[in-house]
Amino acid sequence: MPTGRGVGNADGLAGLPSMGGVTGKVAIVTGAARGQGAATARLLVERAAMVVLADVLDADGAELARTLGGHAQYRHLDVADAGDWAALIDHVAQCHGRLDALVNNAGIFRRAPLGEHGEDDFDALYRTNQLGPLLGMRAAFAMLAESRGAIVNIASTAAVRSVAQTVPYAATKWAVRGMTRAAAAEFAAAGVRVNCVIPGLIDTAMAHLNPSDVLDGYVEGIPLRRMGEPREVAYASAFLISDEAAYLTGAELTVDGGDTL
Amino acid sequence: MSLVGKTAVVTGGLGGIGAACVEGLAEHGATVVACDVHTDGPAYPDRTVTYAQLDVRDPGAWQRVFAEEPIASSGVDILVNAAGIGGAGALHEVTLEEWNDVIAVNETGVMLGTQRVLESAARHGRGASIVNISSIWGTTATAGFAAYHASKGSVALITRNTAVTYAQAGVRANAVHPGLIDTPMSRGNSEEFNEAIIARTPLARRGTPAEVAACVLFLAGDGASFVTGASLYVDGGFSAL
Repeated sequence: MPTGRGVGNADGLAGLPSMGGVTGKVAIVTGAARGQGAATARLLVERAAMVVLADVLDADGAELARTLGGHAQYRHLDVADAGDWAALIDHVAQCHGRLDALVNNAGIFRRAPLGEHGEDDFDALYRTNQLGPLLGMRAAFAMLAESRGAIVNIASTAAVRSVAQTVPYAATKWAVRGMTRAAAAEFAAAGVRVNCVIPGLIDTAMAHLNPSDVLDGYVEGIPLRRMGEPREVAYASAFLISDEAAYLTGAELTVDGGDTL
Repeated sequence: MSLVGKTAVVTGGLGGIGAACVEGLAEHGATVVACDVHTDGPAYPDRTVTYAQLDVRDPGAWQRVFAEEPIASSGVDILVNAAGIGGAGALHEVTLEEWNDVIAVNETGVMLGTQRVLESAARHGRGASIVNISSIWGTTATAGFAAYHASKGSVALITRNTAVTYAQAGVRANAVHPGLIDTPMSRGNSEEFNEAIIARTPLARRGTPAEVAACVLFLAGDGASFVTGASLYVDGGFSAL
């Protein structure tokens, strides 16, 4: 929640000349209706960005945007649908005239031995986690090039070390790391930076898809001995899209409490 | 994110990256002790920034700086190990003297500083955030620069070891890996060498010390509360190629 010092000053950034940060930037955050995406949208609004929250959870997303006020709006977006992306980009162009940042945060998770994943599971994971960011980067590139903007893709520590029963999920998240580097190289000439955040175990609905005894076991293995807060991932994404991160592209920022050491 | 109330030590505080870190930390409200080998430092306009002579190779010097104010009373919340020297000698011809000098500053200096911060954290009963400046050459190889590679690779692993060992003590440790940054150190490279790096850098330019300092500031502060053992590359995309 913004403090009495006003939106954008919640972190004590008032008056600091170097912290252009994300003030005035127009950002799309996918999967923003809850969890990590919601926390990212909230933080960016606090820092005076204009945020377009995109999700398929329309009721939650619209309600959150209402709560966040004038610097937030909600749009329905199935990240695996190219038509939805085209409509979203068109809306942003009409409504805001610019796009400075895209956070490809929407993701789904499945936990099961490979033999218990069906082709529909493979498809679902691929469509949201891998195709979604690809379609998003493709759709947003032209507007991001105009503003010399930035993309943040959300990968996972399942794409650093193996995590039990996540073979197809891991495949999609390794894809995110790979596409981030390739896009960073390709988009650099246009001035568009592409980086990824690698979250570990973050306290969201996704984490709680794991049985609680499994979660407890994971937490014991994390040096910081706790799950991360969604806001702790939001800080990383916000940094990567800020003006201060102007020399970072193709980089990976791991937010995992030391889990993958 | 505000660093008011935090005390920071920056080694290599008169160098390109170090000075930018001093400035950035002070701008965010930290009390900063800028350290370097020179006897005297600049007259900082801000009373919350002071200079201390420190040869990072010398355990006694570290003890002295930590025994003086402001650190003696307040402890250290943030340590930025930015002191570093170059070492261009290739393996077949590097002298033992050059090798040892580079290791002593770039690697042992980091270890000695970490020891002081760990002790300070234990004494004052609160955590700390250590940011070590590694390099793209701590992961990627180029011809020559044997001692520099060895020391910078070591810095990356010392960082991760610190992170995993002292997480429960509230100490975070992270590494920043700069690419070609516009500093006195890089200006000492041959033009040919620098141009070759820029040619392999997607953003096609040098980075500025402030751009490195921005990464240090993020990792030092509370926005990175769940970030430990990370390696953040600020290299214009060099390592992605």
